[in-house]
Parts: sequence; structure tokens; C-alpha cells
Amino acid sequence: MKFGIVVFPGSNCDRDTFHVCNHVLGHKTVYLWHKSHDLQDVDCVILPGGFSYGDYLRPGAIGKFSPLMNEVGEYADKGGLVLGICNGFQVLLELGLLPGAMLRNKNLKFLCQFVHLRLEDNKTAFTRKAKIGQILRMPIAHFDGNYYADPGILDELRKENRVILRYCDANGLVSEDNNVNGSAESIAGLINKKGNVMGLMPHPERCSEQILSSEDGRVIFESVIDFIHA
Amino acid sequence: MKVRILVSFKESVLDPQGQTVKHALHTLGYDFIKNVRQGKLFEIDLDGISEKELEKIIPEISDKVLTNPIIEKFTWERLDG
Amino acid sequence: MIDKKLLDDHNLTHEEYDRIVELIGREPNLTELGIFSLMWSEHCSYKSSKVHLQKLPVSGKNVIQGPGENAGIIDIGDGLAAVFKIESHNHPSYIEPYQGAATGVGGILRDIFTMGARPIALLDSLRFGPLDKAQNKSIMSGVVSGISGYGNSMGIPTVGGETCFHECYSKNPLVNVFALGLVEKDKIFYAKAEGIGNPVLYVGAKTGRDGIHGATMASAEFGKDSEAKRPNVQVGDPFREKLLMEACLEATSKNLIIGIQDMGAAGLTCSTTEMASKSGTGIEINLDKVPQRETGMTPYEIMLSESQERMLIITGRDKVDDVQKIFAKWDLDAVIIGRVTEGSRLKVSFKGKIVVDIPVEAVVNLCPVYQREICRPASLSMFPTDLLPDIPGDLSASLLRLLSSPSLADKEWIFRQYDHMVQINTAFLPGMDAALLRLKDTKIALALTLDGNGLYAQLDPRTGGKAAVAEACRNLACVGALPMGVTNCLNFGNPEKPETMWRFQEVVEGISEACRVFDIPVTGGNVSFYNESEGKSIYPTPVLGVVGKIDDINKAVDTGFKREGDDIILLGTNRDEAGASLYLKLMHGLEFGPPPQIDLEKEKKLQKFLLEIISLSWIRSAHDVSEGGLAVCLAECCFSGKNRPGFSVTLEENMRPDTLLFGESQSRVVISAGKKEVQKIIALAKERDIPCRVIGKTGGKRILFKHNGKTVIDLDAGQAFSAWKTALPKIMAP
Repeated sequence: MKFGIVVFPGSNCDRDTFHVCNHVLGHKTVYLWHKSHDLQDVDCVILPGGFSYGDYLRPGAIGKFSPLMNEVGEYADKGGLVLGICNGFQVLLELGLLPGAMLRNKNLKFLCQFVHLRLEDNKTAFTRKAKIGQILRMPIAHFDGNYYADPGILDELRKENRVILRYCDANGLVSEDNNVNGSAESIAGLINKKGNVMGLMPHPERCSEQILSSEDGRVIFESVIDFIHA
Repeated sequence: MKVRILVSFKESVLDPQGQTVKHALHTLGYDFIKNVRQGKLFEIDLDGISEKELEKIIPEISDKVLTNPIIEKFTWERLDG
Repeated sequence: MIDKKLLDDHNLTHEEYDRIVELIGREPNLTELGIFSLMWSEHCSYKSSKVHLQKLPVSGKNVIQGPGENAGIIDIGDGLAAVFKIESHNHPSYIEPYQGAATGVGGILRDIFTMGARPIALLDSLRFGPLDKAQNKSIMSGVVSGISGYGNSMGIPTVGGETCFHECYSKNPLVNVFALGLVEKDKIFYAKAEGIGNPVLYVGAKTGRDGIHGATMASAEFGKDSEAKRPNVQVGDPFREKLLMEACLEATSKNLIIGIQDMGAAGLTCSTTEMASKSGTGIEINLDKVPQRETGMTPYEIMLSESQERMLIITGRDKVDDVQKIFAKWDLDAVIIGRVTEGSRLKVSFKGKIVVDIPVEAVVNLCPVYQREICRPASLSMFPTDLLPDIPGDLSASLLRLLSSPSLADKEWIFRQYDHMVQINTAFLPGMDAALLRLKDTKIALALTLDGNGLYAQLDPRTGGKAAVAEACRNLACVGALPMGVTNCLNFGNPEKPETMWRFQEVVEGISEACRVFDIPVTGGNVSFYNESEGKSIYPTPVLGVVGKIDDINKAVDTGFKREGDDIILLGTNRDEAGASLYLKLMHGLEFGPPPQIDLEKEKKLQKFLLEIISLSWIRSAHDVSEGGLAVCLAECCFSGKNRPGFSVTLEENMRPDTLLFGESQSRVVISAGKKEVQKIIALAKERDIPCRVIGKTGGKRILFKHNGKTVIDLDAGQAFSAWKTALPKIMAP
């Protein structure tokens, strides 16, 4: 299969994600320059982490106007897989491909640390190789990951099983104490109605090799690969 | 033409920065301060459009670019004339 | 007209002014005076430190570039080179902590990527006044946010460093930032202006009035009015710098550049003259072509501006288009502002007139060099140890207090604000003896550390210099890395004071001696003088940044105990040395010497032995004994260990228990190993003549120390951990 990694000015996890998709998992991977209009026939578009446009105005707020985002929107409409990681998730929210918005972390500080996440649904293209209730240990690194949506949207997300990851403790307990950035309902990752666009704040590309002290992120990429090959 | 646009969180959205400022002011003894909302300010110079267009353009760019309507609202005013 | 006040404003002496007149054969105009004042400032010219710095060993078989360029470079094998440097941003960080620290990060990163290297790591050494003062807290908050704001946005991980606290840093915080980049050995670029007629390109952000006189500010003492000096501080734009970095790396990787230099402190002035000087050429620029952010700027302001995120590039005439295309792709300007000329003069025109016409050599290399007066201070606070205070009744409480003091407490509050994992090379999370970075597609790992101790250097500067090198190298040896190169940041008070200069000389000689013994070259560094406020100087604070290498990353060990029932071994000797310890300072409010003495040959042998047993995979953890002594060292091994196993240690030295537990004798390392390996370690240690003995065992839930049959410390490991872990967040809570 072929991964495409969007490069915005200010993206800084593009090379990391490329390394994992290409060198670690052994799949063809291309960079997609934000000013182009060509998705190069990829099987999955990844919007990587970083500070697109310096996070100036709001995280993701300027990136959403990049020329390539038109193509990404159409691609998603047609059912193409789109994965937004951290800043990529913020861009997807700004684009309206996923509902809600991000506020500053509740402690008003940038947070870079490992967290535990509970996997809430494995019937998606991005999680099919994982188990429901599986606890993943992954790093986060963001200033604005405090997920917000109005109660109607939160209801809908819950009813439609669209919350994919929640912050929890090492035993899988979801509580305000373990809700590191203050997100509504401890939401760390969610998916769209059609199940082809997912966003998550944790960085799976930072924990896909043994030397980096966790390999729990691989399951996200491996699910995508499995879905495409199925 | 010169325009000032003020962007702030909607009332329904918790504003942790505003809360922190309020807390800081309270510790400094200004305990009569009841609430603080923090926002952003844009000052924009424009040229070559009519008054009527201005009335249309400012809400348009505020909605589309300067705010995220899910969490933010805006007000605006003319700074000249 | 040029009078005394004008010279004072430019921090130039009358003698220096006379020399300028002599060198250029006439009176300088204001712009020319400004140029000389910048380039002849202490910050740029090293006029007070040069004679001493010449003593440092700068060569070695792995050195590709020593001092004198944007950064030093060493060969790390596999066709790769490591480019690294440390810089201080002390003065700006006091005036405006966020922007001061942020632009410090921006500046050091430009030094790295100008050479064609992609930065892969940042570390910082921070020193603040005690946190019980609100101003110190807010300086620390601002500095940490500034480093975080800039480094995170650039996507360069901040993987380690140190943070210390002392009254002497209250109005003189120290912010020393270290950066390291990687480059292929045959793709290194230098600051040179070669090829007569070649165009000079200005790239990056537009020029504004920011930071005019930043370099001269960093070369003057602070008076009461320094808070009012805010306009001098530059504002950083990490997003712009990220674009600049990508564009520069793209241009260097395509070999489109002849020479490149960043416009940091001293801006356009420094970059034009230094590049021309290195190539023996002249340079001509037209200020009307310089992109400007503000209107009505004078030649003086344009030449002296310290606006950030700008670079000067020399390229061939046939390559200008290609260079401009790359910068356009990244939404950056690349404008021709001049050309390389014959005749080694700097000529600057503005609105059709020549406004500067001076010899490059005079500006760059003919600044007077001072052999400043030197005088050993009358009192160095040396007291005999029999004046030590009574031994505290409850040493468990003393340990808890040390562990929860800001200098020793867990620093997660700081490092979790830094993105320390981006670029996915971070093999050790922050908090270990050294940061460890894997190099993708190789088995090699780089280990990095920053270390310094102001109190040792205050009480005995020569020992302080030696100890800083020894400890930094020991930190690397503890993870299994061989030290390869050093960069140093020397933070001192006013060099015009003979006592300061004596300390400076002693520290440099100490560093020099240690580097010679350990056979590691100093590839560059930075001197920061005038760290004084209202007449009060900081303690002399040498900070050493050492880069080391492990050939096989799988051999690396960290500080944490791994299993219950492992033997705990002490390498080195506990000596009766309480002087200059953090224990005396924190528990008894005493600061007196002498600091622990160091035998460099023994230290070298110890480190070699440690590297040997790590490469044999005989040990499970290693941690060096430093501030806080043996007790704090062992507690840290527990805290960073898997499931935090407790331990029990028995000591038999005939000395005061507090000195034994908290004294800071040098050349000691605590390791842990399994049964099978212990006998082999002891046997090899005997052969290598290394003091080595089992002092206890890991396991249980308590931290236990026995001395001559008596329990001297008995703490619940969980309680101790919690005191250590929560101390800083509690202090920093809003």
C-alpha cells in the first residue's frame, strides 16, 4: 500500500511519520506538499503533527486553507482514509471533517509525556487489529488538546461509538484525574460518521519501535495496512 | 478604512486563561473582579472597498478565518469615520 | 560629534576610540562607530578572555572544526558529523524571560543549521534565584515557556539539561542553550565570502529596530534601570525560523551555497565583516535593498539591528535563481543586497551615498586584546571541617528535605513543557545522567550532557573547572558513552574586576587540564561576562556540554534499579569531604570549602572501567554521585527504576554519618548488577585497580542506610518518591 504524508509549512512530525510508515513498516510512502493538488494515488492520507503555520491564529486554522485540503476533502467524501495526528487532528477539526474544537490544556501548559489510552472501538479501519478495552501507552505533545464539543455532538459521538480513544490510567480507568488535558469525556481520538476519517492527539509514530520504550502505536498503522490489503 | 475585531470565547465555553487571570488578580487583592474573559484583537486596514462591502466582508472573514465558530464569537467596530 | 557620552553609550573606551581612528585613518561616522562598538564588544571580540582561552586543547583526531566557526564539528563515524555549540542568553532572559530564552534557542539553532546540519537535540542549563521569591518563579516560568515555545514549534526536541538555584542568580539568571545537529561529512558549509563578484543574498525575516545594541547590552553590568531596557530585546518567530531552516537545508543539500552565516547578535554587521574576513575579501552592500519591516530606518539602525531569523548567503551568479526558487517555495524572501569585492573593505551605501567604508580586518581582528589585571581574592571561605555544625538527630528528615529542594527535586514540571520526543530518536527520557539519542539506520547512539557547579568554582575555581569536566564525562560514562568533544559556556561577573579575572583564569586552566587528561577537545563555546546586578556578581559558573558516542545502543544503561535482589556496588571511595556540599548549604545555611578534591588520573581510570563493564553488559544500572551525595544518588536510582524498588545499604567508613551520606566526594559511581556478574566485576576492578565493593541490595519498600551497625536513614520509598516528585509542582502552582 501507499501512505501519503501532508507537509504544511511548520509540520514537524512529517519526517517521523514517514520513517515509521516507510522504514519501520516497509510500505511505500510519499510526501504531499500542501501547495500541490495531487494526492498521488495514495491509500491513506496522514496529516502529521507539528505547528502548521506556527499555530498562529489557532492550531490548524491557517493550514485548512492550504490548496491540497480541497483534494483531501474530496478524497474523504469518496471514502478515502484520512488520519490526523495531533496538529493534523486540529486541522481536521478546523476543516470540519471531524466535529468539535480544541481548547488550551486545562493546566495552560504544553504537555509532553506518555499517557495511557483506552481503545473504545475496534470496528474501524484504524483500529481493527486492536482489542476493545486494550490499554495503549503513547506519548502526547501538545498545547491545545483539550477537546470541546457541545453536548449534542458529545451525545451523538457516544451513541454512534465514534469515540475511539480515551485518556485513562494504567488499568484503563477513565476519570478526571487521568484526563490530562481536560478533554470533554476524556476524548483523545474520534472518527467521522462514515468511519474513514480519524483524528487523535497522541502520537502513534513516536511509539512504533522498541527502542522508543513503547510499540503500542504500531497497531494504528497496522490496522490501516490490514484494512487496505483486506 | 480601519477596523477593530474582537474575538472571544462563547459564554458556554470554559476560558481557562481568563480564569487564571482572574485568580491572579484575586491573589493580588483585586477581589472585586467578578469575571475575566480573554480574547484576541485584530486591527485591520482596508482599501478599495465600499462601506456596503465592508459590512459584508468583516463578518465573512471573521466567521471563516478569524474565529472558530464552534468555540468563539466576535464583535467589530470602525476605528475611523 | 563623538564625545565621551557617545563613547560611553557604545561601551567604548577612549583608548579604543583612538585605535579606531588610527586604524581607519580618520574619525568614524556614527554608523561606523556603531559597527566597531558591536564587533569590539566583549560578546563578539572575546577581548578579555582570548588570552586565557588559548590554553584550551582544541584539536584531536575526531575534530573536523574547532573554535572560530558558527559551531564545532566532530566526526562520529558512518560518514556522519555532529555539529554542536552552547551559547548563553543570560541578559536578555532577565529583561524579558520568555523572549530572551526563546531567541536564545533560535540563535543557537541557526548556528547549527547554517553549517548544513539538521538540529536533532537541544539541552539547556538554567540557573535561577531561590523559588521562594515571586520574581524568580516568574523568571523561571517565562524562561521555560520561552524554550518550550520556540524549540517545540521548530520540532527540535529538548532532551536534557540541568536546573539549579542559588541567591547569586536572583537578578542574574543563567540561560545556557546547547544544540546539536547531524550532517554528512562531505556536506558541511562554512561562513565565507569567496569569489569576487559573487552576489550576497539576504534571506529570512525583514529588518526592524529590534535588539539594537543587544550585543553591547550583553557586555555591560545591569544597573537599576535595566528593567526599562526592554525595547532592546528581540522577539522570536519560531515559525519563520522553521521555514528558514528547511529552506537553508534544502539549499545546502543541493550544493547551491558558497558561504552562509546567520545574523544573530550584531546582525548585518557581524555577518558581512566576518564572512569577508575569513576569505580575505571585501564586501559591498546596498541598504536600500535590505527588506525592512519599519519605515524611516537609518543606516545605523539597519546595520545594528538584531532582528531574528535572518541569514546572509553567498552564492554563485548562476545559482541565484535556484536559491531564490527554494526560498520562494518556503514563502521567504531572498534578495541580492550586494556582492563580494576585492580589497577587503566593507562598503555600505544608502540612498546613493557611501555611508560606511572601513577595513574588514580592523573590525573583525584588530580589537585590542586585554590582559586584564588578576588578583586572588583575599578570602575564599575556607574553613577547617572541625567547625562543622552538629549532626542532625534525624537524617531521614534531612534526606527528605534534600530530595524536595528545587535543585534536587524531580524536574518533570520543566521537561514536560518541552517536546522531548519529536524526531523519534529519544532513547532515554529526560532525568537520566545523560540524554541518549539513537541515530536512525545505524547502531550508534549519541549521549549528551550539560554540567556545571557554581559553588565549587566560587570556593576553588580551578577544582571547579576540573570537576565540571570530570562530572560531565562521568555522566556519559554512566550510560556507556565515550566522550568525544566538549563545548563550554563560561558565565562570570565583570572582567574588569581583578578577582573575577583570577577566577576566570583558574577555571579555564582547570578545564584545560581536565580536557587534556581525558583527551577530549574543546570545539567551541561562549563566554558571558558582566553577569552582575547592582554590583553583585554571580558565582563563576562554567557549564560544560559534552558529546559522547556508543557504538551499540543496545548496551546503554540508565540510572534506575531494575530488579529486586540485585547487588548495589560502589565504585570509588567515600572520603571525609563535606565542603561545598548542597547538604551544608540547604540544611545548615553554610557555604564553605574546600570543594571535594579530584584526582583526574583516577577519574579517568574509573570511567574507562565503567565503559568496559557496560560494554560487557555486566551491569543493569549506573548513576554518578554528585550533588546531595551518596544518599541522594541511591534514592534517585530507586525513583527512576522499574517499579521503584527500595534498597538497603551498609556503610562502614569511620566518619560523620552526614558527611558520609551527603558529602560530594568525586569519582564515585553507584552501579547495580545480578549475582552472576558481581564476582566478575569485583575481580576485574581489582585487576584495574579501581575501588569497588558491594554496599547493599535492592528490594523491599524502604530506603535503608546503616552506618557502623546503626540505622541512620529509614524511609518509605513511596513517601520519599512522592516528596521528590511533587516538590516542584507544588512550588510552581499558580
